[in-house]
Amino acid sequence: MSFRVFVPRDTTALSLGADAVAARLEREAATRGLEMTVVRNGSRGAAWLEPLVEVETVNGRVAYGPVTPGDVPALLDSGLLEGNVSHPLARGLTEEIDYFARQQRLTFARIGITDPLSIDDYRAHRGFCGLEAALRREPQDIVEEVKASGLRGRGGAAFPTGIKWQTVLDTPADQKYIVCNADEGDSGTFADRLAMECDPYMLIEGMAIAGLAVEATQGYIYLRSEYPLAKQILDEAIARAEQAGYLGDNLCGSGRVFHLEVRLGAGAYICGEETSLLESLEGKRGMVRFKPPLPAIEGLFGLPTVVNNVLSLAAVPFILSEGAEAYASHGMGRSRGTLALQLAGNVQRGGLVELAFGTTLRTLMEEFGGGTASGRPLRAVQVGGPLCAYLPESQWDMPLDYETFADVGAGVGHGGVVMFDESVDMAEQARFSMEFCKVESCGKCTPCRIGSTRGVEVIDRIRADQHREANLALLHDLCETMVDGSLCAMGGMTPFPVQSALKHFPDDFQRTADGDRS
Amino acid sequence: MRESREWTPQSIQTEIDALKHKPGALLPILHAIQDRFGFVPEGAVPIIAESLGQTRTEVHGVISFYHHFRTSPPGRHVLQVCRAEACQSVGGRALEAHAKARLGIDYHQTTTDREITLEAVYCLGNCACGPSIRVGNEVWGRVTPTAFDALVDELCTQPLEVIG
Repeated sequence: MSFRVFVPRDTTALSLGADAVAARLEREAATRGLEMTVVRNGSRGAAWLEPLVEVETVNGRVAYGPVTPGDVPALLDSGLLEGNVSHPLARGLTEEIDYFARQQRLTFARIGITDPLSIDDYRAHRGFCGLEAALRREPQDIVEEVKASGLRGRGGAAFPTGIKWQTVLDTPADQKYIVCNADEGDSGTFADRLAMECDPYMLIEGMAIAGLAVEATQGYIYLRSEYPLAKQILDEAIARAEQAGYLGDNLCGSGRVFHLEVRLGAGAYICGEETSLLESLEGKRGMVRFKPPLPAIEGLFGLPTVVNNVLSLAAVPFILSEGAEAYASHGMGRSRGTLALQLAGNVQRGGLVELAFGTTLRTLMEEFGGGTASGRPLRAVQVGGPLCAYLPESQWDMPLDYETFADVGAGVGHGGVVMFDESVDMAEQARFSMEFCKVESCGKCTPCRIGSTRGVEVIDRIRADQHREANLALLHDLCETMVDGSLCAMGGMTPFPVQSALKHFPDDFQRTADGDRS
Repeated sequence: MRESREWTPQSIQTEIDALKHKPGALLPILHAIQDRFGFVPEGAVPIIAESLGQTRTEVHGVISFYHHFRTSPPGRHVLQVCRAEACQSVGGRALEAHAKARLGIDYHQTTTDREITLEAVYCLGNCACGPSIRVGNEVWGRVTPTAFDALVDELCTQPLEVIG
């Protein structure tokens, strides 16, 4: 009898020794004379279970994790290959693990199930159905479908995707572009990476559909250089998709054209801002552009360009294959569909949790996350990345929805949820926000370039108890200047975490940097 | 030291010529040069500028804008420590301090034996399993000071790779 065993190959699984686990499995199989194939699948997204080893059984896949190489012999002895669940690491049928069973996976339906590079696997799970549907429709029809889905930009700005596409479709030009913003720089976010490493054809398909919708024939994925594995997987997937006719000069034999190329960033956080990204793609310093003109009208090389986040584009194949209503029926208010939440930082069960909009943070952090990894009480949560607010416990019961969060000066951003236990010093976190802006500012506008430097200095003086009250007043003032006077979200939002720390955790600014919390 | 790190104007030109037809070719060219030689030599700037019809100032400006590009040779290994919030929440700051103390250097510096160059990085996308570090193209998660020391020992005792 031949067995199929799955060992994930995404960055997180690899960072925890998945290659060594796979090697050990193969060695043991050889020694024991077992007929066993090790498939390197993507991750299911439960980082806390990685490396998550699965075995195929007649009842479905059975999961074991987190597995170390040293666990392998005992797992095999206990009957891993037959799906025996007597070993302490056995988790039962993967699909029935609570963490997965309670999610609403529309976009991430395939991750971890398939071999990321297998086109056959992708097709077997409704892959390319959206593209095939799009090829039968007029551009305007495709745009209408995306509008009807209610999809909004998942990078953080939440601008309606269909309306952006409409602008590009309505702007005549000989050449238009689809640019995927894969510069996932926000700490606490890794859903773009998971999409690219674990289901790259989904992004390729989404971009090809976008190309058909707005009549663009060239796409670029602007990928951060911190993601070398995603680069390797995307390059290979693009080559295979071209070979199979899903990219290139004749999409699925339709005569329609769409070419795609990955371009690497170079370690500049600001290049996640769309105009800075376009400058970078053009081979320049990543300096933010004034808007207008909108990139949809004058974007890459001055031509009409769709710039969408990975997750926005990755949602598109589902919308086209299953229909706008299937997507829009999830969610609340004006936030339709699902949100890829990423539980990160000091969390017991971190990972990707895709849910319809409307869940509360508390549900997410307690029921999925299981509280802090340290076991100490949770104190603050930063949702949406380094430019978004720190939320105290009084705000953990708000539903996750763009408008609800915006109403209290918070942001959903890209869905990252970074948890901090009681040991966190919020004045130190506020200082870091300013320091990060100082390192990453493009330098074009003064409030951001100089304001961040002054922000670090002022917070240092506050923490050193030098004219504390006067410097606190100055810090409030500086934050307002940056919010009101910066050219883009970098300087304009850096104060949000600072202001939220000042507002909700004022005690942390009342003691010296090396002092104890009272 | 890898033999391929010794650049020549001809080898720089080869990298440029392979990519200069691309729209917005400068970043791909700089990546190709740094991937091959470990850094972008000052001497490459006029060659790139000439080939792309740009000024040296423009090329220099792009190199200096991006954290990733370096203009001097790094150590045998480039070790990046994540400084971002998710890693901070699980001991990233302590790991950062430990790394500097263990290696005896600060960020952007190289150990005297030229083994390790230490760099800061703002997020490796491994945020549920921090603190994280990256060496070359590999990422390590849940790095404790002990695990860090073991990794550094291993890196410094690896046999030199002989190319060619």
